[in-house]
Amino acid sequence: MSTTLTDSPHQRPKQIVELTEAAVRLAGDSGDGMQLVGTQLTNTSAVFGNDISTFPDFPAEIRAPAGTPAGVSGFQIHFSSRDIRTPGDKVDALIAMNPAALKVNISDVEKGGIVIINEDAFSKTDLAKAGYANNPLEDGSLDRFRVYRVPLAKLTADALKETGLGAKAVERCKNFFALGIVYWMYDRPMDVTLNWINDKFSNKPDLAAANVKALKSGYFFGETAEIFSISYRVAPAKITPGHYRKITGNEATAIGLVAAARSINKTLFFGTYPITPASDILHQLSKYKNYDVRTFQAEDEIAAVTSAVGASFAGAIGVTASAGPGIALKTETLGLAVMTELPLVIVDVQRGGPSTGLPTKTEQSDLWQAVLGRNGDAPIPVLAASTPGDCFYMAHEAVRIAIRYMTPVILLTDGYLANGAEPWKIPDLKTLPTITVSHPTQPNDPKGYMPYKRDERLARPWAVPGTPGLEHRIGGLEKADVTGNVSYEAENHHHMTMTRMKKVLGIANDLPKLTVEGPEKGDLLVISWGGTFGAVSMSAQHVRDKGHSVAHCHLRYMFPFQKELGTIIRNYRKVLVPELNTGQLRQLLRAEYLVDCIGMNKIQGKPFLISELEEKMLSILSNK
Amino acid sequence: MSQANTVPLNLTAKDFASDQDVRWCPGCGDYSILAQVKNIMPSLSVPREKYVFVSGIGCSSRFPYYMNTYGFHSIHGRAPGIATGIAAANPELQIWIATGDGDGLSIGGNHLLHAMRRNINARILLFNNRIYGLTKGQYSPTSELGKKTKSSPYGTIDNPLSPISVALGAECTFVARTVDVDVKHLRTVLERAAKHQGTGFIEIYQNCNVFNDGAFEYASDKDVKLDHILYLEHGKPMVFGKNREKGIRLNNGNPEVVMLGNGISEDDLLFHDENAAEPTVAFMLSRMRHPEFPEPMGVFRVSKQPTFEDRLMAQLKAAIAKQGPGKIEDLFDDGETWVVE
Repeated sequence: MSTTLTDSPHQRPKQIVELTEAAVRLAGDSGDGMQLVGTQLTNTSAVFGNDISTFPDFPAEIRAPAGTPAGVSGFQIHFSSRDIRTPGDKVDALIAMNPAALKVNISDVEKGGIVIINEDAFSKTDLAKAGYANNPLEDGSLDRFRVYRVPLAKLTADALKETGLGAKAVERCKNFFALGIVYWMYDRPMDVTLNWINDKFSNKPDLAAANVKALKSGYFFGETAEIFSISYRVAPAKITPGHYRKITGNEATAIGLVAAARSINKTLFFGTYPITPASDILHQLSKYKNYDVRTFQAEDEIAAVTSAVGASFAGAIGVTASAGPGIALKTETLGLAVMTELPLVIVDVQRGGPSTGLPTKTEQSDLWQAVLGRNGDAPIPVLAASTPGDCFYMAHEAVRIAIRYMTPVILLTDGYLANGAEPWKIPDLKTLPTITVSHPTQPNDPKGYMPYKRDERLARPWAVPGTPGLEHRIGGLEKADVTGNVSYEAENHHHMTMTRMKKVLGIANDLPKLTVEGPEKGDLLVISWGGTFGAVSMSAQHVRDKGHSVAHCHLRYMFPFQKELGTIIRNYRKVLVPELNTGQLRQLLRAEYLVDCIGMNKIQGKPFLISELEEKMLSILSNK
Repeated sequence: MSQANTVPLNLTAKDFASDQDVRWCPGCGDYSILAQVKNIMPSLSVPREKYVFVSGIGCSSRFPYYMNTYGFHSIHGRAPGIATGIAAANPELQIWIATGDGDGLSIGGNHLLHAMRRNINARILLFNNRIYGLTKGQYSPTSELGKKTKSSPYGTIDNPLSPISVALGAECTFVARTVDVDVKHLRTVLERAAKHQGTGFIEIYQNCNVFNDGAFEYASDKDVKLDHILYLEHGKPMVFGKNREKGIRLNNGNPEVVMLGNGISEDDLLFHDENAAEPTVAFMLSRMRHPEFPEPMGVFRVSKQPTFEDRLMAQLKAAIAKQGPGKIEDLFDDGETWVVE
C-alpha cells in the first residue's frame, strides 16, 4: 500500500491510497435499490479493468416489512488489481442505508473498515424496527470501525430541490447519491453509470436528470465535504489480454445454450416455469427470438420438462431449467427421457433446501438428487459449472453430450454462480468443442427403421417426425433391444438396463483430462465441485504458499467422474471434501473409490470463506 | 419399428396399422375408435410421416403403438405437455392425443386445461369410460356420484366433471362429443376435428366392458338412444326422439324438453349455432345430462383463432425481420465490453 498525493480533476487535491483490492457491500431495505447500484459498481469496475467477483444477497420476500432485518438486501463486490475468485471474506467498506442493514452486516466488516451510514434513517422507530435497544451510533459499539455519518436522504433532497420531482421520487434517488460517494471514495469513473441512467430513462428525461444529479452530487459531496480524508485507488488487474465483458452465471448459461444450438443450426426449445434463482435464464432466452430460440412458460414444472422432451423428439434441442423443488417435480419425466433416450438438458440452479428451503440463498445440496434421484436404474450424466463464466462452457458441453449420447444431461449451477458476476473473456467460437448431429433419412436395417439400433457409443439414432419411411413409436415402457417395440421379457430388461448404464458410464472416455493444482503426490488433496471453485482454489494456494503439500482437484463432471480421479485420489495421504451440504460428494467418492474422505460442510446459505477453508486445511495438516 | 415401405400416394386405412398386436380386452370400445381413426387418415391428404400420436398412461394411451405413424407413449397425464413441445418445435406436424378420463382429467387435468387455452394445433381424443380400466376398476373423475367401485365400496363422495364443460371453460376452440359404436357419427366428428386449426377436443363415450359395462348404454343402444341423445346440427333446431317428436326450448334462460305439436313448432326450439362468439349456450348444452335431458352429440363449438404455433412463429419471424438472424458474437457483446491489452 502506498500513499500519494495527486491532482484532482476538481478543485481540491486529495490523498489517494493505492490498494490491491477492496470489498464493498451496499446494504439497505429491499426497496432501496441496492442490487441496482451494486450492479452499477460492478459494471464500472469491470470496464475499468479490475478483476471482480460479486455476491448479491437478497431476501425471499419481495418487500419484507420495511426497516426490519428480514428485509435487508445486500450486494457485495470485490474488485482487485490481481486475480481474485471470491467476493471477499471480509468487507472493507459497508454502506448501510438503515439500522437493520447495519445490524445484519456489521459483523462482516473488517476491523478498522469503513462504515458509511445514512443517519437520516436512525430515528427511535427505525432503531426499534431493527431491534436495537440502544443507538449503535452513540453506544460505542462501532468504535472499532471508521464510521461516517451522512444524512443521505436530506442531502439527496437538497440536491434535487430544483427538479420538481415529488418527495417519493426524490427519496428513491438516494441510492445513486450513496453510489456517488462510493465512486469518489474508490476513484471510479462515472461514465458507465451515467450512460446507463440516460439509456434506462430515455423516455423519462426528468428521472434521468434526477438520478444523474444524485450520482454526481454524491461524488462531489465526497470530494468537498470535509469528512472523508482519504480516497482509494484499485488499479486495473493484469489479466489475460482479450475482449472482455461482465457476466453472471445465468447469463452465461443462457448464451452457452444458444451458442450450442446455433453451431448446429438447431431450434433451441426452452420449456420452463419461473422459480428463484433460475428465472433469469428464461428472461434472457425469451429475448432471443431471432436466434430461433423458442421459449415456453409452461403451466408447471412438469409441463416445462415434458414439452422439452416433446421438442427433442421433434428434432429441436429441448432444454428445461429450475431449482431443486422444480427438479423434483420433473423427476418422473427425466426417467422417461432416459427410457426414450432423447437428448435433453436440465439446468438445476441449486438453492437452499429441502422443500422451499432458502429460495434466494446458495447451496450444493442437489447433487444426490441429480445423480441418484429417480425410480429405477436411470443413469443421467451430471455436470457442474465452477464459475459464472464457466456456466457458458458447461451449458455448451451439456448440449454436446446430450446429442452425442442421446441422453438427458443435468447441469448443476447454484444461486451464487447464477447471480454472481465476474469479468469474462469472450470466447473464440472456433475453440469450442464441435457438436455434431445427424438425423437418419433412410431405414437403418433391411427390415425397416430400428430406433434402438445403437452406434459404437451405444447411442441410438435420432429419427425426426416428418421423415418419410422412418415412422416409429417410443415411450416409457421397456423397449425391446434394436426394434424398440414394447417388451416385458426378463432378459431384455436386464440387457437394456445394463446397456443404458454402460452408455452413460462410457461418456467418461470422452471427457477432458482431470488435473490438479499443486503437487502430484502429497499430504492433502482437496476435492471440490461446482461453485466453490474460487474459494477452495484460493485457499489451497495460500496453504501451499505457506510451504504445505496440498493439491486441489476441482470436479465439473459429477457423473460419470473423469477417469483420472481414481488414480489422483490415491496419491495423497488425506482427502478433504469441502461442500455446501452435509457431504454428498464425499459419500459418492467413498462409494466409488473406497477411500476415506474428510468432510467440511457448511449449510448456511452462504459460500465458503477463504479463511475458514485455510484453517481447516492447516488443522488437518497439523494432525499428520 | 416401422415397415420399410415407401409412402404410396393413395394411402388406405391399412397403411396406418402398425405391426403390433392390439392388446385391448375383447369387446373394448377402443377398437372401434382405432378403426375409425385409421379410416379417416387417408382422406386427410396429410403424408403419413407428418402424423404424430401422443398419449399418456391408461388403456386408451396404448393407441400410438397401433398406428404406423410417429408416436410417443409418454407418462401419466403428460401427453399435452409432450405435444406442446412437438408442436412448438415443428408446426408442420399433425398431432393427435389419445387420453382418457383419468389420464386427461385427473392426473393430467392441469395440462389438458392449458393445452386447450393455448390452442395448440392438436386433436385430443378423450376416451371417457367413467372408470379406471388399466388399474382394474377404481372410480374416475367422471364416475357418477355414489358409484360403487373397487375403491369406493360405499359409493363415491366426489362430484364428477363434465369433460365438455371443462373444455369450454378452458377456451377450447373445437369441442365435440360422440360415441364409440356410433361409427358414422364418430367418423364425421373425427374428420371435422382433423381439419380444425387449433385444439380439437372430442369426448368419446367409450364402453369398458370389463369394469363399467353399459355405462353409456342409454346413448349407444340402437333401440333407446334416439330418446336419450340429441344430434347437434349447425343452424338446425334441436329436435330429438325416435320419431323426432321432441325438442329443446329455452324457458326463462333454462333448457326444457317439449313435445312438438299442440302449438309448438320447430321454430320455437333452440337453434344450434356452433360458431357463436361466446360459448354460453354451448356450456348450457354441456350441462344437459341423462336422464333429465337428452345428451347432445356432435360439435358444441367451433371458433377460428390463431394457434399457439401461429403466434409463436409470427414472433420469431417478426424478430428476424427486425433484427436479422441472430449472430452469437452479438450475444457476447451484449452490454459493456472492454479490451485488455
